[in-house]
This record gives sequence, C-alpha cells and structure tokens, in this order.
Amino acid sequence: MTALTSAGTVLASSSSSPLAFWSYFRDHLHEDLTFLWDHVYLSLLPVVIGLLISLPLGYVAHRFRWTYPPIISITGLLYTIPSIALFVIVPPLFGLKALDPKQVPIALTIYSVALLTRVVADGLSSVPEETRLAATAMGYGQLRRLVGVELPIAAPVIAAGLRVATVSNVSLVAIAGTIGLDNLGRLFDIGIQLSTPTPYYPPIVLGIILCVLLALTFDGLIVFGNRVLTPWRRAVAR
Amino acid sequence: MAAGGGSLMSSVFTWLNDPSHWRDDPSRSFIGIPTEIMTHLRFSAIAIGIAVAIALPIGLVIGHSGRATWVVSVVNAVRSIPGVGLLVLLAVIISPHFHGRTDLGYLVPTEIVLVLIALPPILANTYAGVDAVDPEVCDAARGMGMTSRQVLLRVEFPNSLPLIFSGVRSAILQVIATATIASYFPLNGLGRYIYDGFHQQDYAQLVSGGVLVALLAVLVDLAMASIQRLAVSPGVSGRFSKRRSAPADAATGSVRIKGEVATG
Repeated sequence: MTALTSAGTVLASSSSSPLAFWSYFRDHLHEDLTFLWDHVYLSLLPVVIGLLISLPLGYVAHRFRWTYPPIISITGLLYTIPSIALFVIVPPLFGLKALDPKQVPIALTIYSVALLTRVVADGLSSVPEETRLAATAMGYGQLRRLVGVELPIAAPVIAAGLRVATVSNVSLVAIAGTIGLDNLGRLFDIGIQLSTPTPYYPPIVLGIILCVLLALTFDGLIVFGNRVLTPWRRAVAR
Repeated sequence: MAAGGGSLMSSVFTWLNDPSHWRDDPSRSFIGIPTEIMTHLRFSAIAIGIAVAIALPIGLVIGHSGRATWVVSVVNAVRSIPGVGLLVLLAVIISPHFHGRTDLGYLVPTEIVLVLIALPPILANTYAGVDAVDPEVCDAARGMGMTSRQVLLRVEFPNSLPLIFSGVRSAILQVIATATIASYFPLNGLGRYIYDGFHQQDYAQLVSGGVLVALLAVLVDLAMASIQRLAVSPGVSGRFSKRRSAPADAATGSVRIKGEVATG
C-alpha cells in the first residue's frame, strides 16, 4: 500500500477541512503509525548515541582545559550547518549512496554530539570545587568520583541539553521527509500532492499535531527522568 | 561502498568546478550559483529585517519594564512547531489566492514562516539580555540623572548587545536553513539545487547544493561574529582586560544554548 494510492482513495470520500485530520488518521492508521514510529526512533536514537559520544568528549574538554576551546569551536561550527545541507553532505563523507536511510540518523547524531559535548563539559565544570574535594577526602577515586558524584550533580544541566537536542530533532527529522525519507514529514509531502488543485489540509494538520505532541512527550519524559534521577534536589526544595 | 562515496565526492567537485554552473542559462532555465546565493540572501535578509524590527523593541521594553513577560513564553512556544509543516500549511492556504505566473504565492507564506522562526530567538535573547543587566548599573545611571528612556537606550541596550547578537545570529542560521527548504516549492535560492538534484536523481547537484548552503551559513555567521566584535563595546565584552569575567561568560553560554534550537 503506497502513500499516494491510499491517500488518493480517501480523497473522494473525506472532507478537506483542517479539522478532518482525525478521520484522516483513522483511515490511514497503519501508514501513519509507521511514520510515527520512524519519527520516534529517528528523533531518539541520535540523541542516545550522541550522549554516549559526548560524555567522554565533554569529560576531556572539562578535564584538560586547553582542549576546551578547539572542541567547542569545532562543535559550534558543525551546529551552524543547516540540517537539510548536512543530510545531503553526510553520504559522500561516510561512503553511503546519495539517498540512504542511514544519512538522517548520522546527521542528527552529529548535531547531538555538537550540542551535548559543550553541555557535558559545562555541566561537569559547574560541580562546586568543595564537593569534588569532599568526595576525594572520602576516598573516592577519580572514576568513582566522576560516576558517583560529578555526573549526578551535572545531571540537570545535561538534561537541559538533552531536552533541546531531542525537541529540535523532532523538527529536523520532519525536514528529511521533503527528500523522500519516511517519517511524519512525509505527511506534508502527501498534503502538497493532494492539494492540487484545491487545498487538502488533513495530512498537513495531522503531521504538525503529531510532531508537536511528540516533542512535548519527549520533553516531559526527560523532565520526569531528571526528577527521578536527582531526588536530592527536591529534598532541598522542600 | 566506500568507492561509491568517493566517486560521489569527486562528482561533487566536478559539479562545483563546472563554469557553466556559475552562469545563468535561460535557454535551459538554469540559474547560476551567484544568482541563487543572492536570492537566498535576499529572502533571508527581508525576514531578519522584519523580525528584528518587531522583536527588538518589544524585547527591550519587556526587559526594561519587567511586564508582559508571558509574551516571551508564548512566542517561544512557536519553536516546537516543525518549520516544514508550517511552511507547507501556509503555502497551501495562501498560494491559491495568487494567480498568474509570479511565485508570490509561495514567497509570501515563506517570508511569514521565516519571520515566525526568527522571532523567538531574537525576542527571548533581547529580553534575557536586558533582564540580566546588573540593577546597580541602572540605579547608578538613574542617579546620574538619566531618564528611564535614556537608561534603556544608553545603558541596558549596549550592555545586552552580546546576548542580542547571539539571538540574531541563531535566528539568521535558522532562517538560512529554512529558506533552503522553501525550494521544496517552486522558489529559487540555493535549495533549488538540492530539490532539483533530488527530483532529477542528479546526486552531484544534490550534494553540491548542500555544500553551498553549509558554506553560506558558516560564512554569514563569521561575518556576523566580526560585526559583533565591532559593535559590542570592549567594556561589555571584556576584551580590554586579559581575563574575561567568568560569570558573564557562563550566563551568555547558557542562554546561547537555549537560543540555538535548530528548527531548520
């Protein structure tokens, strides 16, 4: 069942009102859920991999101060590259074909690393010196101090970075829909194709609503995870 | 696999080096790289101009008076809407109202979306910049007999310039990125090569378009960084002393990260 034929059959029967997005969603449930799932994993996977790469990189930038300016300049430079440009530049750099399903997760991982490396370094630097000294005095070795004391204290800063990375990823993934890659962005593509000669809003409105809901859900989950992981912050607030 | 990537890379260099791609050729309706760069910059400059004209005064007044801060939150909420979706929705709504051969039917919705995308970072950073100015500095200025208006324009504004610049720069990058996606419709700009390359399966053109957009964004950001150096007083940026004031840097850093949400 291809996108066009399935959407085309319903065009005859359903309303083109913007509010008809719900019946559009039910009529193309299977296709829309596939897009939604693709969108979920394309938004989340790069952030997870990006965090795993940024933790050691950010630690290096924090621990060896002279590496901070070059690492931050390079990641800042990567962040200035527009997403659609990075999507299409990635394949030749990584030896892929010009349109490859892997190009989007790779490009988004690059963005996540660019954002999170700085966040991890700044988060670790925000740990008070007394806390570090106290942990050392209690006999913590360097690695145990990092994992058991410094990273948990830096967690709120890192969580703030994760929120920015995840929420912006949801928007960026949709852009990949314009070069034919499957995700919620394809709903916009379908909407344009069905909008000649008269406007047909349901898939476009559905795409926007699902993207916003997805971004809000991820944002809420990270805020919740941060609360669960840092119980001492609530203890202080009380 | 790697060989395939290598040949794609060399075909991109060939495409970019081909002199015929640097000239307009009406006979095969091809528009050259310099013309597309100018078109891209024109689209972006119009949107940034309008966004600055709207967001800068509002941000300054909200930061100065401390009132109506909800406006900043409302405008910030726009950021979670995907730019492509907004672009497609407005194009579908507006373009049928423009008949004839002009591309105005796509240009108008594109400019509206570009302005909407540029507003939040400029507004949020202007507000945060004015809000973060040390109250003692403002008190001192008032004590010297400055009126409220003078305090805003001659003390708070110059002091918040670093943050305002970082907001404008992040807005410019997002506008350049989204202007590229506008070529998804029949609109010119560097995105033309990406989407033409995609539809014609001319992958050298597709990737070359990406390279040109990336270079444009980086060069424009560098130019803005130089303008920022000239515009921001050394007393504010801390360039006159060897040690930068650490708290000011940290504050700038955190807001800059917030401002850098890439919606394009």
